[in-house]
Amino acid sequence: MIRDFAVALAHYDAYLNGLWNTLWLSAATLVLASLAGAAVAALMLARNKAMRLAAAAFVDAMRCVPFLLFAYLVYYGLPALSLQLDSWACGLIALVIYHTAYMAEIVRGAWTNLSREQIEAGRAYGFAGFPLFRRIILPQLFFASVPVIGNQSIYILKDSAFLMIITVPELTFAASSVQSTYFVPFASFVIAMLLYWLVTLGIEAAVKRVELAAEVRRG
Amino acid sequence: MPYLPFLLQGALVTASISLVAIALGIPLGLALAIVRWQRIPLLSQLVALYVSVVRATPAITLALLIFFGSPSIGIVLDATTAAILTLLINTSAFNCEIWRAALIDFPRDQLEAARAYGMSPGLAFRRVILPQVWRTSLPALVNEMTLLVKASPALAVIGIVDLTRAASRIGAATYRPLPPFLAATVIYMLMVMLLVVAQRHVERMVRERYGTG
Repeated sequence: MIRDFAVALAHYDAYLNGLWNTLWLSAATLVLASLAGAAVAALMLARNKAMRLAAAAFVDAMRCVPFLLFAYLVYYGLPALSLQLDSWACGLIALVIYHTAYMAEIVRGAWTNLSREQIEAGRAYGFAGFPLFRRIILPQLFFASVPVIGNQSIYILKDSAFLMIITVPELTFAASSVQSTYFVPFASFVIAMLLYWLVTLGIEAAVKRVELAAEVRRG
Repeated sequence: MPYLPFLLQGALVTASISLVAIALGIPLGLALAIVRWQRIPLLSQLVALYVSVVRATPAITLALLIFFGSPSIGIVLDATTAAILTLLINTSAFNCEIWRAALIDFPRDQLEAARAYGMSPGLAFRRVILPQVWRTSLPALVNEMTLLVKASPALAVIGIVDLTRAASRIGAATYRPLPPFLAATVIYMLMVMLLVVAQRHVERMVRERYGTG
């Protein structure tokens, strides 16, 4: 068993490479899906009824679909629309569109719970337009949704593992190729699990820090 | 659609494996939560570690570890057992956190009242705590069931011919993967929606029978 771990760890560069790909795919998804999610949330709260219904239908549909199936639909569907993309692009597109729906729901929830008095007080102090959003609304939205966004980041990280099936060389793909070459399945997947765990602990620590900062701001 | 029966057979496999994991995962989650709630030394810390690690592990990585890794430690599992074990380990960690949150929120005065009436801790748990705690946990437990169904396509990777693998086999045989995957996606959506509808129904029944709360 110890020999197995030694064999697997001799190929540490394969794991680090896979981890790096998992990390940047997840980070890019987090950023892009947050931005797109905020836009979809705005549509969900728009005055136009058709827009509202369309945005809500998109969010509800995504929340019922397993990520792997959606990834397959993107992977096989884009070529059918005569869009030839590599597995990286397909994987990233699938992750971003899928998690946009979840992010939209998070932003909408935070927006609905936002206290109206604060905005009115901000208006009374002469804030309006972008400064009102930037100084009064955005910080509250952000701090209210940080724990949920942290949780969603963990889901993004875990969903990125599904991309190994469409041959994106992320962490689980790396563990799988090391194990199939050197026949050390137990050691190889345990190493991958520990790396996912470390990343998750990092996300949780970051959320704690932001929550602490929020408390300091509130005084 | 000539391949629909094969797809439905896959859906049946997905549904049965998910149901077994749900049926075992809810009591296992409760047992783990009680260990944490009672702060049983050592065991409590082990459960916390288990939950923390499992929460971070993708279902597909866990499935690969259990199926391909278990022979290295002297256990040989068939694919179905490995599949159920994967979903069970995954869901029990999340269920543990759901039950634990409900147990922590449980009002202390009721416990003290039960003790004052001479109830043993076991009896108080069965007659006072559990009947209330399951009602508060139900929405979160059903939500976790939908997450389990959405994680279940990971099992296709260890050779289970579930709905996902059935769809990809049809795609490989017909050279047109998109239609079977679209059909499979619709079936998954129906399964998840069925759970959500069932949850609303049970919640309404609970409200009518026990009032709000």
